[in-house]
Amino acid sequence: MAGTGKAHLQDQDVLLRVEDLVVEYGAGRGKKVHAVSGISFDIARGETVGFVGESGCGKSTTGRAVLQLPAPTSGSVIMNGVDLTTLPKQAMRQARTHMQMIFQDPLSALNPRRRVRDIVREPLSIWRRGERNSDERVAELLEQVGLDPAVVGGRRPHEFSGGQCQRIAIARALILEPSLLVCDEPVSALDVSVQAQILNLLEDLKQKHQLSMMFIAHDVAVVKSISDRVAVMYLGKLCEIAPADAITTRAAHPYTKTLLDAVPVADPDVVARRSQTALAEAPSPIAPPSGCRFRTRCPQAQARCAEEEPVFRKVADRHFVACHYPNVPVPDTSAATENGEGSG
Amino acid sequence: MTTTAHIGGRRPVETDADPILVIDDWKTWFSTDSGAVRAVDGVSLRLQAGRTLGLVGESGSGKTVLSRSILGLLPARNRLNPGGSIFFDEVSIGNLPKRKMRDYWGKDLAMVFQNPMTSLNPVVTIGRQLTEVLKLHLRMSRSAARERSVELLRSVGIPEPARRLHDYPHQLSGGMRQRVTIAIALAANPRLLLADEPTTALDVTVQAQILDLLDSQQEERRMTMILVTHDLGVVAGRTDQIAVMYGGKIVEIAPTRELFHNTRMPYTQALMLSVPSLTSPSHSRLFTIPGRPPVLTNPGPGCRFSPRCPYAQERCLVEEPPLVAAERPDHEYACWYPVGTSQGAEALERNFSNGVTASGTSMSSMSKLEA
Repeated sequence: MAGTGKAHLQDQDVLLRVEDLVVEYGAGRGKKVHAVSGISFDIARGETVGFVGESGCGKSTTGRAVLQLPAPTSGSVIMNGVDLTTLPKQAMRQARTHMQMIFQDPLSALNPRRRVRDIVREPLSIWRRGERNSDERVAELLEQVGLDPAVVGGRRPHEFSGGQCQRIAIARALILEPSLLVCDEPVSALDVSVQAQILNLLEDLKQKHQLSMMFIAHDVAVVKSISDRVAVMYLGKLCEIAPADAITTRAAHPYTKTLLDAVPVADPDVVARRSQTALAEAPSPIAPPSGCRFRTRCPQAQARCAEEEPVFRKVADRHFVACHYPNVPVPDTSAATENGEGSG
Repeated sequence: MTTTAHIGGRRPVETDADPILVIDDWKTWFSTDSGAVRAVDGVSLRLQAGRTLGLVGESGSGKTVLSRSILGLLPARNRLNPGGSIFFDEVSIGNLPKRKMRDYWGKDLAMVFQNPMTSLNPVVTIGRQLTEVLKLHLRMSRSAARERSVELLRSVGIPEPARRLHDYPHQLSGGMRQRVTIAIALAANPRLLLADEPTTALDVTVQAQILDLLDSQQEERRMTMILVTHDLGVVAGRTDQIAVMYGGKIVEIAPTRELFHNTRMPYTQALMLSVPSLTSPSHSRLFTIPGRPPVLTNPGPGCRFSPRCPYAQERCLVEEPPLVAAERPDHEYACWYPVGTSQGAEALERNFSNGVTASGTSMSSMSKLEA
């Protein structure tokens, strides 16, 4: 994919709108790592958008760039109508209280020397919010994530399992009542049974706190299960963005298909579909391929794919793909938006 | 790929050969300040030569300790060996000292670990790590070992193998590194290969390749393999037999298809139900196993899964169920109220009408079982 364009952007009730996001790092000797190369997406209020792709595709970098950790090389990140990339430092700190992040390894995300109740209270202390009833707030949040505040409050992180630490991290993230939660591989270090508990918990809390979520993971089944829309990334570009159910039933991009085919199915009767695409390795983000970045691994690649970068085209309602030869037909009506014009 | 024909329906076993691995009531305990931790607590297992066994369980179920016990890789410090035996090819290897185990490592028993970055030596070239095995175990000359190394790297799908011999591990991607550790493990043609979470650290696309590779190598070499994982999806299409571990014990063991189609143990069922599926609609409520794995210091008298089990009855709390044979051959399970039987259905119904199980676990999140 490796496509550009903004045909997929919506204009209603948008909480976060990211346009032309570029993140590059120096790699020494004047070389540059093109981690994220001009992607655009948006997240509506109360919506969960899943980001899926292999390691190195830029999905975590995208999540961090939204929080300006670090700020992107170029592009805009508009949250609640304010462009975060132009904010002065103090205002950015203030803005960050509306966006919180949950990390993959919960144990290393928690200060090992502090007690759980202090860990969860810390955001309140930093912002001097509700100091009088902070004990109640902490207890309330711990209860919401399924921990007994009387039991866990005085303990330290090492006394807890990975799943419990993740619950503590979630409680801390929610105590400032953020509107956006960025979850970076929050369940990939957990056992399947615990993974299901955390996913259910995130669904419940999302309803309760009216959160929007950016959910980043490499497991398509997990992402599909929790998301309203799924964005597929490859080598710093977006390939496809679609409603979660359509991503599995009507995958339009060849890369999406590759990802789906690789998911192990817990059923001995399902004959695994071996896709030869998977066999090649992803090219280096220091020198990404011309045209469509997926073309070097794509079974459907043609000459055009090397010359011309595909832009997002609409294949169905809220379903867009950046591919010259997608697996589902592209209706003619989308021709108008084909030149990368934003819809809003 | 020649292996594809067998995926889903594994090749029939040609011979009723003698088992290559026989484990009998094996225990590995560790002494700690709070008492003995019964990491593996009475496991019995027979594995036929040329077969693949999946060893499945959550963290702390004892699957890794069991596989390391087979290889004799556990430190002697703090380890108690209260009993049991492990026979490899009719020789008892369960309590051999490391000095003696060296004769088995590489040549007979080999292991692939979860993290290829930590199992490869970062300051030694891949070529030297590979030829070391060949020179030591097969007494090959330098040039023969080099030649064989190139062949091995090619057989595990590494492009330009001759050039790669001079590379250090950090110069390879995670998937390529895991291919190298597999090449090293296969170098001396082991008869039993243990793969402990070989793909957990890898991307899903790379995972599929590595599992395919293990599959084809196992077949080509007629090797016996134990695939240790927490993911039932990984073992579903690639094993002949699956053993599910919980709390240091095997709680269900069966031929792969039988395990999926006639699940008896509620824990096995719970594991299957808690995996998010690509085919269920998004935002479907996931089945969860309440509570946590048991602490293995002072296990109570009953079934170790009973505090979390939706089927639990009074009997489960006081009496530990033994492994018993199911109707079909080679299928054993440890449960008083098995899934798919009238006792199980009645137990479940009773718990639903009480709202709680006999151990006091709420049934409110178990509605997925009612259908």
